[in-house]
This record gives sequence, C-alpha cells and structure tokens, in this order.
Amino acid sequence: MKILITGISGKLGQRAASKFASRGDEVIGIDRRPWAEAPPGVEVHQTDIRKRAAEDVFRAFEPEVVVHMATVTHISQQSEDRYRINLQGTRAIVDHCHRYGVKQLIFVGRHTYYGAAPDSPLYHSEDEPPLGIHSFPELADLVAADLYAGSALWRFPQIDTAVLRIVYTLGPGRHGTLANYLRGPRVPTVLGFDPLFQFMHEFDVANAIAAAVDAKIRGVYNVAGPAPMPLSAIIREAGRQPMPVPDAMMHITLGRFGMPFLPKGAIDHLKYPIVVDASAFKRATGFQHSYDESETIRAFVEAE
Amino acid sequence: MMGHDVGEKVCNSLTMIAYRPLINEKVRARVERLELPFGEHGIDPYGAGKEELAFGFSIIEILYKYYFWVESRGLENIPARGRVMLVGNHSGGIAIDGLMVLATCFFELEPPRLAQSMVDKFLVKIPTFGALSTRMGQFPGLPEHASRLLEDERMLLVFPEGARGTAKLAHEADELVRFGSGFMRLALETKTPIVPFGFVGAGEALPTVANLYQLGRLLGVPYLPITRYLLPIPKPTIFQLGFGEPIRFEGTGRESEDELEPMVEEVKSAIRELIREGRAIREAKQDEEGES
Repeated sequence: MKILITGISGKLGQRAASKFASRGDEVIGIDRRPWAEAPPGVEVHQTDIRKRAAEDVFRAFEPEVVVHMATVTHISQQSEDRYRINLQGTRAIVDHCHRYGVKQLIFVGRHTYYGAAPDSPLYHSEDEPPLGIHSFPELADLVAADLYAGSALWRFPQIDTAVLRIVYTLGPGRHGTLANYLRGPRVPTVLGFDPLFQFMHEFDVANAIAAAVDAKIRGVYNVAGPAPMPLSAIIREAGRQPMPVPDAMMHITLGRFGMPFLPKGAIDHLKYPIVVDASAFKRATGFQHSYDESETIRAFVEAE
Repeated sequence: MMGHDVGEKVCNSLTMIAYRPLINEKVRARVERLELPFGEHGIDPYGAGKEELAFGFSIIEILYKYYFWVESRGLENIPARGRVMLVGNHSGGIAIDGLMVLATCFFELEPPRLAQSMVDKFLVKIPTFGALSTRMGQFPGLPEHASRLLEDERMLLVFPEGARGTAKLAHEADELVRFGSGFMRLALETKTPIVPFGFVGAGEALPTVANLYQLGRLLGVPYLPITRYLLPIPKPTIFQLGFGEPIRFEGTGRESEDELEPMVEEVKSAIRELIREGRAIREAKQDEEGES
C-alpha cells in the first residue's frame, strides 16, 4: 500500500512510518524537519504541508492512504504559525486527498479535545462536545482542526476519513505533552487534586494507526490503551517527586525553580481528568494494546 | 512497582494529612471485600481507590458508630450484586443522610457494597475534599456517569429532591419536595430496579432555621445553613433508615413527563410510607425515654 505520512519526522510520525515500512508498505513523508535516520526506502520531503512542493508529492506519489500528523500539539508553543499549520495545513491535506484520489485519510488528533473541567464526565464518548475551551484557548486550534477533519466525512464521502483522538503517549521517544511534563526530577501538581491520566506506549500508538488503516474505519474514534492512573501514581512510578503547589500559586511557580512551563489553562488538566471511552475503536479495529501502564512508564524512564 | 508502597503512591490527594494511622484495619479488610474491579494500582476504572476508601470509611465509621447512630431496617431488600438505584429523601441538614446511607451499605451489607452518589459540582472543586470524594467513588452528578455506572452493575445512590432536599428547614424535614423525573428515565433506560428508602432524623441533627444563599455563594457553596444555635454543626442523633422492596418499571426512558408522573409518584409514596414508619419508631422511642 502507498502511504503518505505528514509530520513524519516527529516521534510518533517516525514510529508509524517504521511500522508501515517494516510490513512492506511503501512509505513517503512530508515534514519541515529532517529525519536523518529514516529507514531505507522511506523518502522524506522536507517542505511545509501548505506549500506547492507538498502538493507535488501527492501528484507524483499518488498515495492511497494519508496519515495526517503534522499538527503542532505542544501546549507550550503558542503562535500565529501554529494556528496556520493546524488549520490551513489540515485544510490543504483534505483538499489534496480529494484532488488526488486518496482513498483513506487518518487524522491523528488528541484526547485533550474534550477538555478538563470539574463537570466533565469520565469516559467521554465521541459524540460529546469539547468542554473548557474558554479556560484553555491554546487548545482551540486543535479542537477546530479535529472538527474540520471530521467535516471531510460529509464533504468528500468517497474518502474513508477517520479522526483519531489519541490519549497522551509515553515511551522511549520521551516526546509529547506528558513526557515533557514528567521530564524533571520534581513535577508540579495542584495541591489537593489528583486526576486520572490516560496514556499509552508510543509503539501502541503506531499499532493503533496501522489498525485504523487496515480496518478502513470511517468516523471519529477515541484511542486508548491501559486503564487510567492517578497522576500522583504516574509521577512516583516514574521515580519523580510530586511537588504539590496551591492552586493560587501555580501560575508563578510554573517555568521557574526547575519546573516545566505550562500555560495557565493547562492547570485545569492537572486538576480534573480527561478519560475517554475507546471501546468503539477496539470493536471496529480489533486493536489491543501490548504495553500496560507500568511497562509504558518503565520504557519512558529507562530511555533516560 | 519500583519499590514503592502502593498506598504511598495513590494518595497524593491526601498528601497534607498523615492519614495512615487513621485507617482502621477492620475497615481496610471490608474494603478488600468490596466487589469492585480494582486494578494493579488499587484503583478501579473510575479512580475509586482502596487506600482512600479505607481512609474515608475509617473516618465515616467514627461518625456512623460513635457520633450518630443509624437504626436500619429492610436491608434484605438491597440486592447483593448487580445494578440497583437507592432512591430516597433528604431530611435536611446538609447531606448527613447521604453519608449515613453510604456507611450503612458499607458496614451492614454482606458482602459490603459501595453506594455511589452523585455529588454537587461545587464539592469537586474543593481541594483534597473533591479528590477524596472522587477516589471514594462519589462523582459529579452527570447523567453520563449515572448510566455508565449502572451499565457496569454498580449501586447508585440518588436523592431526586437534589439540593432542594438538603436545604429543607427543620420543621419541613419529613416532607417531600418536588422530585425530578431524571432518575426514573435513567431506571427505565438501563432497566434498573429501584430500592426506595426513607430517612428520618437529619433535620433534628441539624435544626436549620434558615439558609443564607447569598453568603453561601460568596463562599463558593450553594447555601449556608443557620441552625438554632447558629453554627452549622450537627448534634449527635439517632437516625431511622428503612429500605423498601425493589420496584421494577417497564419502559424505554423516552416517555413524556405525563407518563412518568405516576411512576415517580409510586416511588414517592413508597418513600413517604418508609418515612412514616421511621417517624413512628422514633416517636415511640422518644415517648419511652420521656416516661423513664
């Protein structure tokens, strides 16, 4: 199968590319960043997904499947550029898929779509609207990109579009929101709060994306692996020291004293849980995670 | 497990409390007998944790057995397992009645069962307290939570009077205020039997003469109860708690309000009867005490 991966040089992009390449798929990638150690046969085009050169890749390669991972998801990065990539980039990809006869489009989104709030239910199902955008405007473009990708389902019904809302990832790549948050020896928590966190091994994420391609699923799906764990338990199991900070002091502590930087809106994500129900995805694809929560944390810790 | 103790790991919500010495080992043994799918980390899929349950029920035990006293009857009406809704009245006085029903199900049933109530959103926002109640399986009252828990064969504790019920003043404690119909839709949708209960005495424990709504809002709570002796601290009291036979209703949950009304009324009158019984027991006892 001919598979085009946008954002291939990111940690998850690399995992997905290696997974497809190892089973004999023809893989090509687009990314602004280089991927020096790309496996043989995996071609990386270093360009922006909104540029003409990216469209040329669609024209020349004629992919059957597009896995769109070129979104900026770091909550610490906030810029005009980020909005443009997430929204205009997603628009360009959907248009190219339509114009160049792509059969299947996978949009790799995030479970943070649902937001964290005191009244958000555990185990979100896919039909739920996002909560808490008002308290965390940094997430608005990801929410919009997710919904925009979903609109491809009715705009271009000939494309099998799947929007995946994937939980936090952790693993040897040491990359992503949760990995950055757990980086230092001391991890800030909000005093008196201990939400459930849901995460999965990055290899399992690659497997889940492959399962979505194989099953040709259409629609919006939550993707999760092991059972959720309390944040404090994750921190301790990773060998870190939780540093409970009163809510009111949180914004002056973050980014100082060796603590990671987090935008103000992210504090709600340290107080209230985002837990998704991924049973529909498991039913549709037969996906099963291979790394449990402890193995996933260990893989993250041992790569240090 | 990397050499850490499970208890230490799951108790960030209690970091500021030296909680361990407060755990009663007998309570911990009862927590072990709860039929909930606890995972590797002593946490069930909703985040209810063994350690927090042991701590919480150790504290509740002091209130339940030494400060208050609950005379319960009809416990045999509560099924040992499987989905069920306990539906009853608030008899005023914040939500001591809810806490006592929770304690009764945990300490008196064999095997113990965890009643999962639907708490007000404002409680979830209170540091430590909110985390502790979530870890004890008491979640914000959302229809999504309620139906999911029932589909998982859990026991749901429902007060259809809601905050209207906890705000009852002392002289209206035994009367029922308007019932929402949400609980009935939920029962029909999930085909859950309803066990009615009547609670008597919370109004005497916390004889509220007025509720201050505006001051409460300033403090982040729905209202502040003012008692005869001003402070909102309950007095030691004996409560009467009666459970009735399970009632099963047939339907889809998509009925009109008019169709639901007689069903809600049936539950309401069962509760009214249980309150009347409880009140009779209470008064007989008070007469006895008065004579002796």
